[in-house]
Amino acid sequence: MSASRRIWGMSVKKFVTGNFYDEAVLFPAVKKVRRAGYKIHEIFTPFPIHGLDKAMGLRDTSLHTAGFIYAITGTCTALGFITWALTVDWQLNFGGKPFFALPAWIPITFELTVLFSSIGMVLTFCYLCQMAPFVKKDHFNLRSSDDTFVMALECTDKTNEADTVNFLQSLGASEVQVQYKETGWWLGSYDKDRKRFERREAAAH
Amino acid sequence: MLIREKFTVTKRYNTIAIALMVIGILAILGLYITHGAKADVHKQARFWGSLLQNSVYFLLVVNAVMFFICATTLAWGGWQMSFRRVSEAISACVPVIGIICGVILLLICFGNNHELYQWADPEKVKLDDSFQWKSGFLNKTFFAGWTIFTIAAWSLLGWKIRKLSRSIDDKPLTVEEGKKYMWTNTVWAAIFIVTFALTVMSSIPWLWLMSIDAHWYSTMYSWYTWASTFVAGIALITLFVIFLKNNNYLELTNEEHLHDLGKFIFAFSIFWTYLWFSQFMLIWYANIPEETTYFKPRAQGIYSGVFWFMFIINFLAPILILMSRGSKRNYTTMTFMAILILFGHWLDFFQMVNPALSKDHVPTMLWDFGVALGFVGVILFVTGRALSKAPLVAKNHPLIKESVIHHT
Repeated sequence: MSASRRIWGMSVKKFVTGNFYDEAVLFPAVKKVRRAGYKIHEIFTPFPIHGLDKAMGLRDTSLHTAGFIYAITGTCTALGFITWALTVDWQLNFGGKPFFALPAWIPITFELTVLFSSIGMVLTFCYLCQMAPFVKKDHFNLRSSDDTFVMALECTDKTNEADTVNFLQSLGASEVQVQYKETGWWLGSYDKDRKRFERREAAAH
Repeated sequence: MLIREKFTVTKRYNTIAIALMVIGILAILGLYITHGAKADVHKQARFWGSLLQNSVYFLLVVNAVMFFICATTLAWGGWQMSFRRVSEAISACVPVIGIICGVILLLICFGNNHELYQWADPEKVKLDDSFQWKSGFLNKTFFAGWTIFTIAAWSLLGWKIRKLSRSIDDKPLTVEEGKKYMWTNTVWAAIFIVTFALTVMSSIPWLWLMSIDAHWYSTMYSWYTWASTFVAGIALITLFVIFLKNNNYLELTNEEHLHDLGKFIFAFSIFWTYLWFSQFMLIWYANIPEETTYFKPRAQGIYSGVFWFMFIINFLAPILILMSRGSKRNYTTMTFMAILILFGHWLDFFQMVNPALSKDHVPTMLWDFGVALGFVGVILFVTGRALSKAPLVAKNHPLIKESVIHHT
């Protein structure tokens, strides 16, 4: 049986997941899992853990680069529009100031810079985290938003399921499970889609 | 991990510090002979202006470092504990530079040259309504009293806070003692912050610097001066931290801490610009003659070169260079930026003081450089001595672990 299958356009993969309750157990486990050559799909935690991204070997996020580009766009939009409006399109005399009254425009420019970068970064953040209204995403364990750290290892065709389960348990993980999950996000009904998949699962066995 | 607890002042370090101090004294002597001893009051004012600019700038910078210590103490900011002793050592310069600065200020106030502090001249006050109106604040008694009180308060409170920090070097604290210790620290830091607010953040820059243009006033001036010296203070801490790292000290400090110092420099450079622009824009917009007199020689007159150059290195350089994460964690970039910012805010003080004294030409900056190098020598000498006297890591402080495991 192949570890990953496509069902109605979805790419479902096989994972081995385990719960951790303590950072002091989690960090050595991450190290050993990586050294053993397993691919960590993701570690879900209820709160940010300092240094975990480094331990997992994740690359730096590109969110700041995006934020810089949005900010520059905001600056150019504000300066460009005000300059065009007040020097070309509709010249107004404000208290004898020159038409190109740059200092008076700086606050607006600043506001638009912040506005563009903040809204742009929020949307980009949602995109990177695969969050949006009406969009569904699989969870490995709902307690990962409450009191446990959930590590999900991605299985390939060569992965030995029993070995992986034993290995995770030996590292201090509890409730180790094998799960089939959709990795991406999709538009639609979570329950309905799951049911279709489960029927297919049952048929396969 | 092996920790080198004691900093030893090398011979080379001392030689450089003393050489810089000698350059400073020579520059002061040279400036005295060429300007200070002349009969022309404008020439004399050039001499006093240079001393005022440099002594006030460096005093406020080293005192801002004590402010950094107290602010992080109040905020329970544990990340800076690994190099806290460096900040403490820099703040040990406050009494020394304070005395130099106090003497200079009192000499200017009570001396015969009234070019700087025109309000101190009884003849001018008699003829000027505005000086009479302000005489409740701008008078010699208050100036002397408040100056002496301020410098004494900074020195004593700083001394007390340094002493508190060293008092636990030889005795590990229990949890209860630790809580009590944190509370004592909080109280003393709060007292310092209140004193700081009443002096640097409000009255002192008005008295020492703004009263050079006694007809003009800006309530933002003190804030602006504080922002200027605070950035420079953080840059100074950064330089000393990097110097010690390069000499294999401060094993517990790494690029995570450097990154946070970089963030401080970046953020407060923008904060400085915000205040700089707020002060400028309101005056530009209202366009009232008695207010615009201050900016006329600076933004549009002969000082415009200094003025805009300072703006570029204090705002554009940090915002563009220090924006990315990599540059804040890079020792070379940070060293370059720290030196640039110390110079930039020194230039800021130069253009605060000089346009009122030298209206028809920008004075040769070389003399002022010499005097500045002298003060740098004093800071190097005193900080080096202070560093060598206490262990480099406050190992028994309750928050030290937070600094060791710090991640940015």
